[in-house]
Amino acid sequence: MRGYFVGAGLAIAVAAMASSAMTTPAMAQSGEIKIGEINSYSLLPAFTEPYRKGWQLAVEEVNAAGGIGGKKLVVVSKDDGGKPADAQTAANELVSSEKVAMLAGTFLSNIGLAVSDFANQKKVFFLAAEPLTDAITWSKGNRYTFRLRPSNYMQAAMLVEEAAKLPARRWATIAPNYEYGQSAVAVFKKLMSEKRPDIQWVDEQWPPQGKIDAGPVVQAVAAANPEAILNVTFGADLVKLVREGNTRGLFKDRKVVSFLTGEPEYLDPLKDETPEGWIVTGYPWYAIKTPEHDAFLKAYQAKYNDYPRLGSIVGYQTIKAAAAILAKANSTDPEKLITAAEGISMPSPFGEITFRKIDHQSTLGAFTGRTALKDGKGIMVDSAYRKGADYLPGDAEIEKMRPKD
Amino acid sequence: MSMVPTLLSVESLTKSYGGVHAMRGVSFELRAGEILALIGPNGAGKSTCFNALNGQIIPDSGRVRLLGEEITGKKPRLIWRMGVGRTFQITATFPTMTVRENVQVALVSHGGELFNVWASTAKHARDEAGRLLDLVGMGAYAERPCGELAYGDLKRLELAIALANQPKLLLMDEPTAGMAPRERVELMRLTARIAREQAIGVLFTEHDMDVVFEHADRILVLNRGSLIAEGSPEEVRGNAQVRAIYLGEGLVYDARHREGASA
Amino acid sequence: MAFYVVQFLTGLASAASLFLVASGLSIIFGVTRIVNFAHGAFYMLGAYVAFTLTERYSGALGFWGGIVAAALAVAVIGVLVEMLLLRRIYHAPELFQLLATFGLTLMVEDLVVLIWGPDDLVGRRAPGFKGAIDFFGQNIPSYDLFLIALGPIVLGILWLLFQRTRWGILVRAATQDRDMVAALGVNQKWLFTSVFALGVFLAALGGALQIPRDAVNHAMDLRIIVEVFVVVVIGGLGSIIGAFVAAVLVSELNAFGILIFPKISIILVFLVMAVVLIVRPWGLFGKPEAPARRTPGLTVNPWRPLTTNERFAALAALLVAAALPVLNNPYLLTVGSEIAIFVIFAASLHFLMSVGGLASFGHAAYFGLGSYGVALLATKAGLPMIVCLVLGPIVGLLGAAVFGFFAVQLSGVYFAMLTLAFAQIVWSIAFQWVSVTGGDNGILSVWPANWAAGPAHFYWLSLGIAALAVVILRIIVFSPFGFALRATRDSPLRSEAIGINSKRIQWTAFVIAGTVAGVAGALFAYLKGSVFPDNMGISLSVDALVMVLLGGVETVSGAVIGAIVYKALNIWLVSQTDLSKLVLGGFVVLIVVAFPKGIVGTLEALLHRRRKSASSSASPLLASRIESAE
Repeated sequence: MRGYFVGAGLAIAVAAMASSAMTTPAMAQSGEIKIGEINSYSLLPAFTEPYRKGWQLAVEEVNAAGGIGGKKLVVVSKDDGGKPADAQTAANELVSSEKVAMLAGTFLSNIGLAVSDFANQKKVFFLAAEPLTDAITWSKGNRYTFRLRPSNYMQAAMLVEEAAKLPARRWATIAPNYEYGQSAVAVFKKLMSEKRPDIQWVDEQWPPQGKIDAGPVVQAVAAANPEAILNVTFGADLVKLVREGNTRGLFKDRKVVSFLTGEPEYLDPLKDETPEGWIVTGYPWYAIKTPEHDAFLKAYQAKYNDYPRLGSIVGYQTIKAAAAILAKANSTDPEKLITAAEGISMPSPFGEITFRKIDHQSTLGAFTGRTALKDGKGIMVDSAYRKGADYLPGDAEIEKMRPKD
Repeated sequence: MSMVPTLLSVESLTKSYGGVHAMRGVSFELRAGEILALIGPNGAGKSTCFNALNGQIIPDSGRVRLLGEEITGKKPRLIWRMGVGRTFQITATFPTMTVRENVQVALVSHGGELFNVWASTAKHARDEAGRLLDLVGMGAYAERPCGELAYGDLKRLELAIALANQPKLLLMDEPTAGMAPRERVELMRLTARIAREQAIGVLFTEHDMDVVFEHADRILVLNRGSLIAEGSPEEVRGNAQVRAIYLGEGLVYDARHREGASA
Repeated sequence: MAFYVVQFLTGLASAASLFLVASGLSIIFGVTRIVNFAHGAFYMLGAYVAFTLTERYSGALGFWGGIVAAALAVAVIGVLVEMLLLRRIYHAPELFQLLATFGLTLMVEDLVVLIWGPDDLVGRRAPGFKGAIDFFGQNIPSYDLFLIALGPIVLGILWLLFQRTRWGILVRAATQDRDMVAALGVNQKWLFTSVFALGVFLAALGGALQIPRDAVNHAMDLRIIVEVFVVVVIGGLGSIIGAFVAAVLVSELNAFGILIFPKISIILVFLVMAVVLIVRPWGLFGKPEAPARRTPGLTVNPWRPLTTNERFAALAALLVAAALPVLNNPYLLTVGSEIAIFVIFAASLHFLMSVGGLASFGHAAYFGLGSYGVALLATKAGLPMIVCLVLGPIVGLLGAAVFGFFAVQLSGVYFAMLTLAFAQIVWSIAFQWVSVTGGDNGILSVWPANWAAGPAHFYWLSLGIAALAVVILRIIVFSPFGFALRATRDSPLRSEAIGINSKRIQWTAFVIAGTVAGVAGALFAYLKGSVFPDNMGISLSVDALVMVLLGGVETVSGAVIGAIVYKALNIWLVSQTDLSKLVLGGFVVLIVVAFPKGIVGTLEALLHRRRKSASSSASPLLASRIESAE
């Protein structure tokens, strides 16, 4: 019994998996169109739970309206545990075993890129939902990958528009030490310096993602005595930063510009400790008065008895966009899907959006505004929707960055 | 005896730990084929002395020479390569191997094959290992797991391991501790026979005075780090200072009635 | 000047929370020798329970009472865990308890989300410690001052407990010599339970006290656990003062380090640990560990090569596995390839751990170096796949040669932690050196050449290399070198006394294991078509450890079965449920209880017992063994 029964064990394991793979029919039943969805459900539940609710609502709506060309839309959802390698395993299962028509989802940038590369290799259509990295549509873009959410660059450009109006000249940055933080800071600095050559960057702090030692970071930034601060941290790091910053008076008389902080996912946990007057991107669901959004809000609240987060919008629109592309292509052939998706326009809770032909980026925008306290809760005020199309670089610049197919 | 060359020569070894002198100027010589016992009460410095001889510790001062070549401060494994085998007070063997494999490892090392990643150890020096085990009376147990051996058998196995490199000098730290009286006699007779036949010098420590006085050619008595007596069993037996120390310790020469007390 | 004073105080406040958790871990390890991976989970539970209690009961009493009650409640959970789970496995092979606590950690991570929901929870500020105190124009949060005071107070209480009470003296005695305490007739069971309870209490208290400054979330445990291990090791295992000094050292270096190198935090603790361990192998306040005494009779049966029949069985199984492509399911084949790759990886760690007795906590480094080697050679140099597959593992070999040289100077947990430090250093290079490694976005488009691109072809390639690797490692195990390596593991004293240069033998083994891990990594890069810093991350190293322990650390090739079971189950669960951690953790805990020697080890023992009873009478040797076991 001792020994290296590589084969035996392998065969047993594989047989077990085979049986599980067999129970879910390997081929899509006629009358169904499957979308394979992957996200970091177990690693980032705070963001992905509302996201899941969003896409589930969309699936319901699509099927209630007759499905796609009479076929029922089915989403097969997989967890990637926050690991690119596991995301690829999931993608592989979805494509090979579930025979999905397209892949969708992902949150983390590196996972988005991994799945995008997989899609390119296996010639599968991939609609990236949330990853913010600019690379996914530009420097590492490929013809099979489309992306819904406004990118790092777009969010930076929206914030810069407001930030450049500030009189502040001495700026410090605090960002998580990984690609997202690094590229957010880099783009912000570049765009800012273009508009305001007089600006000085006096300090930068790079706490490790999820592990900020907020006290020393806040002290260090304060010591550089900036007039304004750019923050890119989010989640638990943001909470710690805000708490230390509030106690130590870092934000007093200083302007703060902050990525994503207005999203309910990140703003709500701050409760009565929400710092006031930060310039942020986010999602003020309580202040959006458009018919498209009202319809979405009502449906969402009716179904879940909860308010939507930004993730809900992203999840919802991901499936809505996928359905629109599938319907327009009237086929599950990837090449036809690409043709259908390039330049497609569709409604969204934020108004009409288009997937651009040039870089496969959608023109979904984001809200900017200022943080404020109301009844012991953080909210966004003075919010304004900024269309994604207005915050993208010129076509020539994109063509330079994006590899030829 | 004086015609036989000096095998081991120890000159004024000193070692202290903190303020405690474990050895102060210990000097003695050992000839090939001679069986020399090192005795003394607990804490007299026997183990320190032993460890200094095979390189386990480095003495503060003094020299140890093996056949004229200085070995002071060398690593145990180099001293082993020069022909010094050793057994330990608490046996050190390889419990996850069979008895034969224990000896084979030593033979592999002796044969310079330690970095051979491709050969089969099972076939390496199998007969030689068997011969050594037979020699110490362990031949019947060759395929037993070493971890199952009784303590006395482990001591014999250690002897076989120590003989694997055809040593010139054997250092045996309480070789019969934990053994039944009859086993003790057998082991020491065996050791003596091997020593005479192969002209191996043997230095051993022992608590059991019967073993010491019966088998040693010469006895060294250590007390508080100093050598206080040296000579034949008869000479040492008659030494008043030695008597005083041992009486002070509450021990008697005739240990026949203390069987197993030293386990 | 005021700034530096305040920065120093801020560092001290960070140190205080670190110290609380670290001291608990240190005490537990010192007495029970359990590498308590679940310590972070207890810390996190402390925070969650304290959150609930402090939200529920208002006022100062509600807050402080809630903090203490939470720590006590979690300590009770700790007692249950110790009594129901750990007690069953104290006699299991070394590090097996790590597996149990790892399983628990997985479970807790999912459970807290189920109980408290996915959102980050922000608790109350501490009554009376809400504001800050002005120090020459710099603000010091008063809660920081509270923590700064608390650290030395806890240190003092622990010191009194250990110096002045009978219980404490026993604990200290047990830390120095476990066997002796057992011999003294102390009720070891309850000593262990109480020590575990105290350790867990300190961890939970540390977690609960984070409420006013942190957001309670389900990733808190991982955030702290590695750092705490590092602090304990820097300070010296079992030394409370050491843990305190190390916590202060690490926190202050971080507080001042970020002023000069803002990106230092990500790697700082590991750099400090590597330096400390190289200069002072037993930590700042630790004492050299006496080599573990092996109780005679508790050892395994000697290993033997496979019999002819077993060889045929293995070959037959291999052939069955090779026939998998007839099912014509490409997904299954990629899963099969992935499992085969992990068989190689686990077997390489097993070689180091089981044969060499060197448990590496950073084995993923060499896996990752192999895959980065391949990725860089393929994308930057454009070399063909076959060349990359050969050269990639050499990167693993080189890394293992350099790091292994330092690592084998140590042993036991110190060896484990130094390998962890090296792995983290390599990881952070991959993570930070964006221009070469692509940072966390990794290197993409490392797809296999056409001849290996089909799932069946790649599967056969992986399976073939896995079989080859396992066979080669087995041959080495039974070679003179393998015996020499086992000799250094079984008895360093004896092996030195028969002329074996332990360090060189172990170093060579480290290089062999690193190279084989590099082979696995190289294949993995092609399987996934990309490499990421994850490929050398802590979780991959832990996965490998779990595979080896699951298979059975005292077997020749248990890792093979461990890898297959763990990886297959992992892939399947991740695919089937979002609660994969809960199920997998539960499975690991069950296995630990049902198979205390690992899967293969337990099966072997059963088989051995059956054979024994079949051959009737107990041997006289066995009887005499029991006599002499005293």
